[in-house]
Amino acid sequence: MDIINNFETIEVTTDLLILGGGMAACGAAFEAAHWAKQHNLKVTLVDKAAMERSGAVAMGLSAINEYIGLKDGTNTLEDYVRYVKNDLMGVVRDDLVANIARHVDASVHLFEKWGLPIWKDEEGKYIREGRWQIMINGESYKTIVAEAAKNALAELGENGTYYERIFITGPLMKEGRCVGAAGFSLRENKFYIFRAKSVIDVMGGAVHVFKPKSMGEGLGRSWYPPFNSGASAYFAIRAGAEMTCQEIRFVPVRFKDAYGPVGAWFLLFKAQATNALGEDYMEKRAEELKNWLPYGTAKPTPANLRNYLMMLEVEDGNSPIYMRTEKAIQKIVNEADDEKSAKRTLKKLESEAWEDFLDMTISQALLWASTNVKPEEKPSEIAACEPYFIGSHSGGSGAWVSGPEDLAPDDYKWGYPNMTTVQGLFAAGDASGASSHKFSSGSFSEGRIAAKAAISFCVDNPDLPNIEQEAIEKIKEQVFLPLEVFTQHKDLTVDPEINPNYIKPRMFMFRLQKIMDEYAGGVSNAFKTSKPLMEKGLEFLQFMKEDSEKLAAADTHELMRCWENIHRMWQAESHIKTMLFREETRWPGYYFRSDFPKMEKNWKCFVNSRWNPETDEWEMTKKDIIDLVDLEEH
Amino acid sequence: MPSFVITQKCDGCKALDLTACQYICPNDLMVLDKSTEKAINRAPEMCWECYSCVKICPTQAIEVRGYADFMPLGGVVQPMRSSDAIMWSVKFRDGDIKRFRFKTRTTPEGSIEPDAGYSTGTSDLKSPLLRTEPESSGMSDLSKLD
Ligand SMILES: Cc1cc2nc3c(=O)[nH]c(=O)nc-3n(C[C@H](O)[C@H](O)[C@H](O)COP(=O)(O)OP(=O)(O)OC[C@H]3O[C@@H](n4cnc5c(N)ncnc54)[C@H](O)[C@@H]3O)c2cc1C
Ligand code: SF4
Ligand code: SF4
Repeated sequence: MDIINNFETIEVTTDLLILGGGMAACGAAFEAAHWAKQHNLKVTLVDKAAMERSGAVAMGLSAINEYIGLKDGTNTLEDYVRYVKNDLMGVVRDDLVANIARHVDASVHLFEKWGLPIWKDEEGKYIREGRWQIMINGESYKTIVAEAAKNALAELGENGTYYERIFITGPLMKEGRCVGAAGFSLRENKFYIFRAKSVIDVMGGAVHVFKPKSMGEGLGRSWYPPFNSGASAYFAIRAGAEMTCQEIRFVPVRFKDAYGPVGAWFLLFKAQATNALGEDYMEKRAEELKNWLPYGTAKPTPANLRNYLMMLEVEDGNSPIYMRTEKAIQKIVNEADDEKSAKRTLKKLESEAWEDFLDMTISQALLWASTNVKPEEKPSEIAACEPYFIGSHSGGSGAWVSGPEDLAPDDYKWGYPNMTTVQGLFAAGDASGASSHKFSSGSFSEGRIAAKAAISFCVDNPDLPNIEQEAIEKIKEQVFLPLEVFTQHKDLTVDPEINPNYIKPRMFMFRLQKIMDEYAGGVSNAFKTSKPLMEKGLEFLQFMKEDSEKLAAADTHELMRCWENIHRMWQAESHIKTMLFREETRWPGYYFRSDFPKMEKNWKCFVNSRWNPETDEWEMTKKDIIDLVDLEEH
Repeated sequence: MPSFVITQKCDGCKALDLTACQYICPNDLMVLDKSTEKAINRAPEMCWECYSCVKICPTQAIEVRGYADFMPLGGVVQPMRSSDAIMWSVKFRDGDIKRFRFKTRTTPEGSIEPDAGYSTGTSDLKSPLLRTEPESSGMSDLSKLD
């Protein structure tokens, strides 16, 4: 290998290593700095982008989706656990959800002090979009949170550092303990080895594992940001960590094509969704919900079941499905006392509706502008997006982590809060599973929980295991292999894109997306799959795994694309393995197993998976759900 | 192509070590073309239309043309961002124009003090209380499940 000689190896030694620069990572940095200072420890954060605008909140957000309101007695922890558990058809860890919920208000209060504008009423109370959501002017949400994280790291002086534009490829392991990470710079010819006593994996969820609906320029307009590509899951899986809920993908229903948010329309403006005939399909198909008890009749109806009823309408030929924006606006305006106040109301509504898009899905504003949509005049289409992996939202995928000391039952705890089953490796946000509905504020809070625990791990385990030079060289060769493959073979053909000896990452991604779409319940199959389909899909994935060693990159940007797709491929494999193992249909609006079309009592459990690094085999297990909160109460 | 650079307006960020758009793009798309000294979006189909590059460009050289595979031509959504507010102008295909201004921040840029004036209730590393808690939560102690 000649290529690797062009890349200088930089070894960074730290105590705590935070991987990612998103909401959970910023929470982790803020928290870690405080405890690291007391114990004279080093904290290092690494992001593949610029923290100011990295991750899912790059564009901003228009609401904070998890705020409990404990101090005002608005809601209780139990209320939140119940809400989340119903939404996920019973499959969540009560201990994790409650732990995040009891810290989340404090995080939101900090955001406000740091400068995030939160909407308030005359009494100074936060304005609720729904029961759990509060409205913000959130264009600069991520900028503000990143500034707080950087300023917190600065409190450590030279013991607090962050690196931007370094792509993390995978873990460094020593005798079953995670002792760091490897990566490369996107700006300089440098290979990085980060050695650490504990590591927090917070690199977001995954998109572009499935074929998206738009395949031209609109490929990039996935609801979930195209730059989160499964690094968290890959990192944990390759470290040998047990994963959970890897089958619980998220399929959001959003405004069609540009995927603009619907939350404000449903919750704040109380709009209705109807089929093309103007029928409210939630009402029309209410009977169907009884097939999914006790969750089917819970309020609010679980997200996947709302999707499912809509999908049934589409199947019956009753599309387009519309968000009745015009009716909602008319109703609000009609409630005004006189014409003048009606005008004022309309103006305010208009500004709120547009801000909702401009703060977090600008494309939707652009689509409305380019199609002359005035929401007060006509309805807009909504539709299901393609599947994503986002354990912090309404999906559930991620690493299986230890619960909080004072809340978790014994079976859910084996050490430090939020530590995975791998010593020294922690996870939060999209990276940790079975604790859905944390959103931006909860992910930040969970990053904090993980960081305090990870610092505690450093104090208790002060040794820094050595990694042999030989092992580092081996990883380096593997990281840069796509550059080597390209240089070796590129001169054979006139067109560097087409060469029998290698595959470029773009086509590799398309191949993966096609397999997932057609065999694993993607959009083209109306989210349906079955054992024979999945087994066939796994066969094709095996070819991909072999071909992944022939990925080729012309430069480091393309090298990143190669690694992103290796990460996606592992996310895909664990997804299929887990759907295959669970012989029932539990989230019909996310995926539907035609061979097991019903929800089964004996599958009210978690499905955990582990890739065994010694045997290269997947181990699948059922794990009991231990209820700490009674579902029936409300 | 989603984000695009207006030839006349881009000066290649000559005054900076690194171009602003390249610094900010979360998907590493914006690059400086060495032959023209102008920035270019190298893979428009990987663009999230997040507008981070549009907002940061010092010469307002970047705009967005909606994804051509589903957006008719003619719509324009363009921001002007200052340190505490953002102004949006939305131009419709039919020529109609709407303008919106939103607050973005209530404190001066760079001024964040992480603790925000709250104190931390414990120095015990094993306690579940986090930095600034319980004070920042507004409660006297951490809640537990009943
Ligand atoms: C479209 C959309 C709308 C949403 N709306 C809301 C809302 O209204 N309210 C709300 O509260 N929440 C909302 N959420 C949820 C919220 O954004 C997430 O819950 C939250 O961002 C998760 O935090 P995270 O840290 O796990 O991931 P992210 O914030 O996405 O951060 C991931 C980080 O990992 C980095 N990274 C990725 N791969 C690598 C790698 N290989 N090497 C190094 N770094 C890497 C990224 O650059 C990024 O910094 C929304 C999410 C989406 C996608
Ligand atoms: S930020 Fe603007 S001026 Fe600077 S290189 Fe990019 S497009 Fe050109
Ligand atoms: S709009 Fe966003 S994703 Fe697209 S080039 Fe600009 S910064 Fe990058």
